[in-house]
Amino acid sequence: MNDQIRQVLSDHARLPVDVQTLDDDADLYEAGMTSHASVNVMIALEDALDLEFPDAMLKRSVFASVAAIAEAVTALRTAAIR
Amino acid sequence: MSVDVDRDRAFLDDVRRLADEVAAVHADDVDRDARFPVEAVEALREQRALSAFVPEALGGGGVSFGAIAAACFELGQRCGASAMVFAMHQIQVACIVRHLEDAPWFQDYLSDLAGEQRLIASATSEVGTGGDMRRSVAAVTRGEDGRAGFEKRAPTVSYGAYADDLLTTLRRAPEADSSDQVLVLACGEQIALEPQGTWDPLGMRGTCSPGYVVRAQFGAEQVLPTPFARICPETMVPVSHILWSHLWLGLATDAFERARAFVRAAAKQKPGTTPPAAQRLSHLMSELSLLRAEVSSGLREFTDATGEAGRERLSTMAAVLRFNNLKIAASEQAPRVCQGALGVCGIVGFKNDTPFSVGRHLRDCMSACLMVANERIHQTNANLLLIAKEV
Repeated sequence: MNDQIRQVLSDHARLPVDVQTLDDDADLYEAGMTSHASVNVMIALEDALDLEFPDAMLKRSVFASVAAIAEAVTALRTAAIR
Repeated sequence: MSVDVDRDRAFLDDVRRLADEVAAVHADDVDRDARFPVEAVEALREQRALSAFVPEALGGGGVSFGAIAAACFELGQRCGASAMVFAMHQIQVACIVRHLEDAPWFQDYLSDLAGEQRLIASATSEVGTGGDMRRSVAAVTRGEDGRAGFEKRAPTVSYGAYADDLLTTLRRAPEADSSDQVLVLACGEQIALEPQGTWDPLGMRGTCSPGYVVRAQFGAEQVLPTPFARICPETMVPVSHILWSHLWLGLATDAFERARAFVRAAAKQKPGTTPPAAQRLSHLMSELSLLRAEVSSGLREFTDATGEAGRERLSTMAAVLRFNNLKIAASEQAPRVCQGALGVCGIVGFKNDTPFSVGRHLRDCMSACLMVANERIHQTNANLLLIAKEV
């Protein structure tokens, strides 16, 4: 899943650095992701992973790192199975 | 009847009286000369209306937010500029009252505001941000003596030359991101305003809102504890949009009343017949009803959002969209009603010196779609609509 997330980030986050050079925990906003780009990342993730982030999850912290995004996606999928 | 209701009623009786006896008397003069409504603001001070929303424990009037909104409506019916000065001051007061987080300096300040009836202006817009209030260029800087300061280029500061104190958005520090903002309250002698340009606008002429380069030196404790990122959705945006829309409704309501007076006068001249303008007045009333409904439901949604859960709800995308739509709808509908009133009254509405004149109302209302430009709000909404699920 992290590879899929990294692909989306590479396509849509418009980072000034190569996303592969960032750790899973690296802060994407500090790496240069704008709030406008984060909206596109969110929309692209919904499409690539076939899920919908509820409004409560649409906050800065959820999209702050690869690990944070992965955690949110796992939480969503777990909730869907239940 | 509860004490709160009595208190609100007494406050509103006072405001209504001063709106009729003071604001209305000077409205045309204020408008013609583009001068500050000194008489109305003095009268508001005498009624202690500038501290109406300050809690009683700090020496204020402790009236409800609904009463403040109703006061904007009352003043708006008599003088748009006086109403706007009052509304903007109350927006700054609400930001402090709701976000001081028990900070002693701000508690003392509110007591002083109540005691001295101090008037607060704001410098939230800035050259170089494209009209986005959620970004700042200017930052809080620290001098070697530990004093804080800033220099900000503000394209408009309403009644800046007449205010005692100034609430300003700034980046938290010189190295902070453009959206990492705080609110700073600078007082009296701490502020230096360097005027930029003149003030000869279409409407809301009495607000005296030219641009300034604002410079201030102040203590570090004069920074509001809550980050502006939270103050904005929880207070500044909804309160601004609610108070503004109430005064725009006031302008539209008075324009409607003037049209109604015109139709009644026409009916008296030919008893037994319905004047043709009466039909247009009926159409106009349905337009006014739409505005009324939007404004009152916006207020209710805000006053229902109480407690911690309510505050959190105000930060949701649904709430941001809701209060943005209130601003867009009210700012477009109010001029529509005023123009409709002009259509009913005809030439006597067009002339500036008849009991049915609605030119000032129409011109004042035309500022509504510009103060925070509607297209900028649509841009925000458009982005939210891409991602929000529950709207």
